[in-house]
Amino acid sequence: MATIKTEFEKLRSTDVWRTIFRSGSGSSNLHRSQAVQQNIFLHLFSVKIRSRALEFSATWYLGALTLSTFFVLIATGILLMFYYHPSVPQAYADMKDLQFVVASGVFLRNLHRWSAHAMVFLVFAHMFKVFYRGAYRPPRQFNWVIGVFLLLLTLLLSYTGYLLPWDQLSFWAVTVGSNIAKAVPLMGKQIRFLMLGGNEVNANALLRFYVLHCVILPLTAILLVGVHFWRIRKDGGLHVPEKKTP
Amino acid sequence: MTEDPKMQETKIQAEVQSDVRKNPRRIAFILRRASPHVKTQDDARVMTYPTALSRFVIALEVAFLLLVWISLLVNAPLEGIADPMHTPNPAKAPWYFLGLQELLHYFPPVVAGVLVPGLVVGALIVIPYFNINIEGESLWAKDRKRRLMIISAVLVLFCLFLLAYDVIVALVPTLLIGVLMLWSARFSSESPRLVQRWLFSKPLSFWIMSWFLIELTVLTVVGTFFRGPGWGWILPWQS
Ligand code: HEM
Repeated sequence: MATIKTEFEKLRSTDVWRTIFRSGSGSSNLHRSQAVQQNIFLHLFSVKIRSRALEFSATWYLGALTLSTFFVLIATGILLMFYYHPSVPQAYADMKDLQFVVASGVFLRNLHRWSAHAMVFLVFAHMFKVFYRGAYRPPRQFNWVIGVFLLLLTLLLSYTGYLLPWDQLSFWAVTVGSNIAKAVPLMGKQIRFLMLGGNEVNANALLRFYVLHCVILPLTAILLVGVHFWRIRKDGGLHVPEKKTP
Repeated sequence: MTEDPKMQETKIQAEVQSDVRKNPRRIAFILRRASPHVKTQDDARVMTYPTALSRFVIALEVAFLLLVWISLLVNAPLEGIADPMHTPNPAKAPWYFLGLQELLHYFPPVVAGVLVPGLVVGALIVIPYFNINIEGESLWAKDRKRRLMIISAVLVLFCLFLLAYDVIVALVPTLLIGVLMLWSARFSSESPRLVQRWLFSKPLSFWIMSWFLIELTVLTVVGTFFRGPGWGWILPWQS
């Protein structure tokens, strides 16, 4: 252990390391603060956190777990994109290739699929947990609203991804869903047309869903997650119940 | 961070000067409005790096290992190629929309597909902007008699509405929450049992959200496991 630590310290004081991580070596609280402040991703967070907010009972780590599934989805999603063509009937043939030709293709697809289900479940769980501990109260109102949009984005991501395998299951699930859009008063037909690029679920719809699923929705979600985390810091850190004064 | 109220009162006029070579000194004013809203000051704190970050990495690894394990055991479904000519019976949406599809079975699409989800999203967004939700006061703390009357009336009307449309699936959770809610009015903060005091202390938002949670769960489970051809009842192990 000790040698790993000293080696790591040596690495941290090399010139190259210093060009990458601006905070440099050392483990004082100042250095640890700088490790957060001077990193473009970590600086969204505050430098210190209340220990009570880190206890398992405070959040059940549901937000962290949601983010974890999102990371897994991005990684597996990018790999899946290497094997996938958003066209009819090639999309379905690509699923078969994943099954029989690509090494670990089935595993890759499974991991993406089950992570997606997990994320939808976890995002709901996170929302209810935030509600029941009252963490939506001022000054966190707007972060709750951002959260609601993240919930919608998660559902949309999952829904658009559902069509991509182009099998019976996905085709009819999306048909059922898009028929609901028709029920919107006055402009239902137009909304459905915009959504599908036609009057029924066909190759145009597949392309639209693909672009939404792989570009627009993930980028929007990443952006909003960034704002979500930044707002946690600005709103004074994670909510903890007020201490009871005896 | 200017916690000192005096600093905020004194109006300091900063000089407007943009030439850094002439005027290189800059002072940052952090106003209370723009600084983080830290309320509790006396709590013990730990460093984000490495403590909180390593906790996150552990969460990530636990999630990852579980997902890998499931992915090794269970295969994602893949049916035959999409065929617009052959509608499967039943044609089901993904599971998280099956609650809505279950409602679609009872109500016209404008209600189940547009009005209900619209209302749900709207209600979720406005939760933090209502004072009663923020104070979190017990539903029965004030005006007990009047509130009891209003809530009973609303409950009875809503149950009759569900009954009229034959939505037994949604009626059962409503009755469950409704009965608990009215029952909690009999308690007080001095009731002998902890559960009784706990139920009594709950605000209206708690009851509504819990009703939503149970409805969501029941409708989704019914739509996923108990609906078969023609959206008729089946048991999960029949197929
Ligand atoms: C992609 C989806 C989301 C991700 C990745 C995410 C992530 C997180 C994380 C990591 C936290 C830190 C504390 C915790 O774990 O609870 C958090 C806090 C929070 N989340 Fe989310 N979240 C998401 C969606 C939502 C949704 C749907 C809501 C509510 C509608 C929401 C509302 C909040 C609020 C209000 C906080 C602050 C809680 C506090 O200050 O204690 N988030 N989120």
